[in-house]
Amino acid sequence: MSEKAFGVGPAVPVSLPQFTPIARSRRFHVERTLAVGLSLLGIVVLVAIAAPLLTPYDPLEQRFTEAFLPPFSPGHILGTDNFGRDIWSRIAFSTRLDLQIGLLSVSFPFIFGSLVGIATGYLGGKLDTLLMRVVDVLMAFPFLILVIAIMSILGPGLTNLYIAVGVVGWIPYARITRGETLATRHLEYVLAARTIGCSSGRIMLRHILPNVIAPALIYVFTGMVLAILTGATLSFLGLGPQPPTPEWGAMIAEGRQYLLLAWWMTTLPGLALLVVGVALSLIGDGLAERRGG
Amino acid sequence: MGRAAYIRRRLILMAFVLFGVSIVIFSMVRILPGDPAFLILGDRATDQKAAELREQLGLNRPILEQYWNFVSGFAHGDMGQSLLYRQPVGDLVLTRVPVTLTLSAYAMGLAAVITLTFGILAAINKGRWPDQLIRVGFLFALTTPNFWFGILLILLFGLTLHWFPVAGFGETVPQHLWYLFLPALTLALQLSAVLIRNLRGQIILTMRSDYIRTAHAKGLSERLVLLRHVLRNALLSTVTIFGLQFGFLVGGAIVIETVFALPGTGQLLIQSITARDYPVVQAITVVSAVLVIVVNLAVDLSYSFLDPRVTYE
Repeated sequence: MSEKAFGVGPAVPVSLPQFTPIARSRRFHVERTLAVGLSLLGIVVLVAIAAPLLTPYDPLEQRFTEAFLPPFSPGHILGTDNFGRDIWSRIAFSTRLDLQIGLLSVSFPFIFGSLVGIATGYLGGKLDTLLMRVVDVLMAFPFLILVIAIMSILGPGLTNLYIAVGVVGWIPYARITRGETLATRHLEYVLAARTIGCSSGRIMLRHILPNVIAPALIYVFTGMVLAILTGATLSFLGLGPQPPTPEWGAMIAEGRQYLLLAWWMTTLPGLALLVVGVALSLIGDGLAERRGG
Repeated sequence: MGRAAYIRRRLILMAFVLFGVSIVIFSMVRILPGDPAFLILGDRATDQKAAELREQLGLNRPILEQYWNFVSGFAHGDMGQSLLYRQPVGDLVLTRVPVTLTLSAYAMGLAAVITLTFGILAAINKGRWPDQLIRVGFLFALTTPNFWFGILLILLFGLTLHWFPVAGFGETVPQHLWYLFLPALTLALQLSAVLIRNLRGQIILTMRSDYIRTAHAKGLSERLVLLRHVLRNALLSTVTIFGLQFGFLVGGAIVIETVFALPGTGQLLIQSITARDYPVVQAITVVSAVLVIVVNLAVDLSYSFLDPRVTYE
């Protein structure tokens, strides 16, 4: 029972000396999580950059004589779809789009949310109360339903997707940085900065921000997984980038009607989504554990 | 602050959130540049058609009057007229809600079983291979697109093995449970992925506390200590998260209903968006938000009954 009762787990902030075997194995575990995540993401990014070099086919080119070829057919490693388009080439080119969706739908919420969180956490008062109430209201909507409702007004398409995800996407960053700021604002270096007459803006940006941004930055990876999955879901429902643009969610939707005839049309794009999701989650987990979270 | 005062404060907050939700939904169509009538009808609509629609939706009245009609309408269960079905929106949505609720409740039940089984298994094997396996397995479950996973289940258990129907809701209760098993499982796996992490951590944390050491010292069996002492305390925080995931579940149900062709609110929502049936979209958004608000309130309040130590700040 001793191991169970006193073992080192992520939930307790223990500062065991580095040379104990437990600490070393945990350290190794964390580094391995990060390493696997980073290498997976590296491969995905490489595919996105080098997509035109990795395949001789245009992802939009239709060849009806070559429709429904199964994976490992000569010339088409992952087979072809109902229009005879090469699936590997469509998946590879779609990597660009889905990574872009992940990056862009996170960047604005990250910047906006973090700034709002720091400002409300530091300044407090009415501003803070207002923020918390806005968060209460937006959190009352199921995320996906609100995004779908906004998309239904704005219409389908990529830009509208970023807007719809952004409307709610900033909340986690604001909550995280607000909490961190509340814990930081009474620390000595902040008081010192105030004593020497720094303006509130300067204190928030130069002194607090660098110290509270790390957890928000770690959440970016979770946010990207969420954004990519949301993007794929919306395009699966027909609200995302419009056909014939290759996008994983849309490819899954297209393959649905040929499920028995050509299972690879739905299965393979989903695997691509899964790889990206797992890569980003591992990086997020690894970074969080490294900080002792 | 006592329990009564806490409940009062919580209800006031809920009223405020409902007000905020109504403002968000009310302004959604109106805040955008352009005429909502043309937005709904499409650009090729005639001016006369647009004028009729504006009249029907009350868009030509003063904004405060519009808001008042909107809110009092919802309060009376009058959510306007569906543009596609030419039926009252309330009837249309309310006939679909039971399907979505049954699916969500079923998924929650399955998730509870999965979470308890694997959460306990992972915690008592901390660091060993079952723990690692569960960790990796549910990391995949968390990042798998649920609509894709649902399609895979249809392909495997429906189309290939013929164990489960691939679409529809069934007629009787046993049929409902049978028809809804795959969709509920899809949702449950994703939900459990969040919960197992939490339960595992809580069990490990609880196992370190003094009263567990006392229980062991008294010579109680491992099993008894785990079930009676550890689990009871560890479950508290997991139950809270369980409740808070309700919104996530309702959102997921929307997509999964589309995949499994279930006649629920999700399917109606997607149809209504394609048909630009905006009153229906609006009503579903309101109903789902109200459901989430009510469930969250119930979770918050039940927490105080589950754990007598909870005090209110």
